Amino acid sequence: MMDKLIFGRYIPGDSWIHKLDPRAKLLGTVIFIGIIFLANNWMTYLLLLAFALTAIRLSTIKLSFFINGVKPLIWLILFTVILQVLFTGGSTVYFDWGPIIISQEGLLNGVFIFCRFVLIIFMSTLLTLTTMPLSLTDAIEYLLRPLKVVKVPVYEIALMLSIALRFVPTLMDETEKIMNAQRARGVDFGEGNIFQQMKAIVPILIPLFVSSFNRAEELATAMEARGYKGGEGRTKYRQLEWVSRDTVAMLGYAVLTVGLVVLRN
Amino acid sequence: MNKIITLKDISYQYHETDDRPALNNVSLSIEEGEWIAIIGHNGSGKSTLAKTINGLIAPSQGEVTVGGLILSEENIWKIREMVGMVFQNPDNQFVGSTVQDDVAFGLENQGVPRDEMIERVKSAITRVKMQDFMEKEPARLSGGQKQRVAIAGVVALRPQIIILDEATSMLDPQGRQEVLATVKEIKEKANLTVISITHDIDEAANANRVLVMKNGELVQEGTPEEIFSYGDQLIEMGLDLPFAEKLKSDLRDRGIDVPTEYLTEEGMVDWLWTLLSKK
Repeated sequence: MMDKLIFGRYIPGDSWIHKLDPRAKLLGTVIFIGIIFLANNWMTYLLLLAFALTAIRLSTIKLSFFINGVKPLIWLILFTVILQVLFTGGSTVYFDWGPIIISQEGLLNGVFIFCRFVLIIFMSTLLTLTTMPLSLTDAIEYLLRPLKVVKVPVYEIALMLSIALRFVPTLMDETEKIMNAQRARGVDFGEGNIFQQMKAIVPILIPLFVSSFNRAEELATAMEARGYKGGEGRTKYRQLEWVSRDTVAMLGYAVLTVGLVVLRN
Repeated sequence: MNKIITLKDISYQYHETDDRPALNNVSLSIEEGEWIAIIGHNGSGKSTLAKTINGLIAPSQGEVTVGGLILSEENIWKIREMVGMVFQNPDNQFVGSTVQDDVAFGLENQGVPRDEMIERVKSAITRVKMQDFMEKEPARLSGGQKQRVAIAGVVALRPQIIILDEATSMLDPQGRQEVLATVKEIKEKANLTVISITHDIDEAANANRVLVMKNGELVQEGTPEEIFSYGDQLIEMGLDLPFAEKLKSDLRDRGIDVPTEYLTEEGMVDWLWTLLSKK
């Protein structure tokens, strides 16, 4: 089960991208997702693709990982692409049947949307594959810091995130165990019609829910026993360090943005 | 010897409707540097007792004194700094995303400056021999390793008292021995007081004093030798028989006259060969 889930996993490494400050990476990914909407022709998409591939190259992680990351979402992507292709009107029409029009613009739009999805998934997968969940929460905490002024409990959000991320593999293991335990007692998963399938989820969901409560209780006790009193007055073991490498990465994004603005029509 | 923990007439019940209290008039005192084992059946109040010592549970009656401080609203955090606890489930007490973050968690809570924290985290992890796993995530560790990390997290805080709340019960025999050896070594070096709640005979045998609990009350108290000499009654107390005792009772069943006092494994070996050489 864990092998299939690429998104949200971390692959330890020592590449240039791995060593980037998580704030730079998080900010970069957000910027990338923002500026992807600037692209509206072949040249701009090629530029974005080149940028993403360079980043992947720098991370020394195999491209197949990223392609696997796209796989679970492929139906959503294809659905969107097909809708685009079928319902976009334009000047050069190849096929016209009532509301369904296949035009050159439609096809082009479909391809662009496909690229857009893939690029966004590539870059967000790159972020999670090369950044430790904990550093990521540190980055989120840092970047959310201005919100403290409007009384957003930034520290608590960060702690919640880091505990949630730390428990993802533990809960996955447990889900698998419960599934096997229920299978051994005769529950069929993934069979029958939609209602039967949904009903079969209940014997996984409820034990998982109950055990999460137990875990939460025990974790809270353990945290309290180790002196956790809330966000105030804590020091931090992990410290983020912004070095020249991170500035270079940010400059890369600046160049990319300028490039996109110049090349778009 | 200084008394480090004193409990006076502690009573507690989880729900007001419970007719049987989880703790009933428990009084005990523990001296500095002692290793105490608390044994008893499931539901005899062992864990509740442990939790009252660092204020995770406020007793409805009685007084808890730890290191000269009376447990109260104001003192609670000072007392928690003195008492480190290792719980049963290795997964549910792992707060950090990696080994070193988890060990640092308690230090962060105390506001220890970062430079000192780095050094203390490192030495604590080295002490439990997990230095090759500093960057590892909990999902990649075995139960015994996670439990060693939990101990490191406690050791880094430099408490005076360590409470092991069935800390080895979910481990395999090897992991159990490793964890116990680690605690023993740390105890010797830092002159810690250890309170271990256990069903494990080896863990109880390590203790200076064994306390037996039943239905929320303290019913027996004595050295492991004294307690182990109860023989078959041990099973009723919630403990397994030591190997030498099992052997003795089997020999008795076969009509061999065995000594009634408790013998360690070496003692048993000595007795056996003297018996045979007399013949």
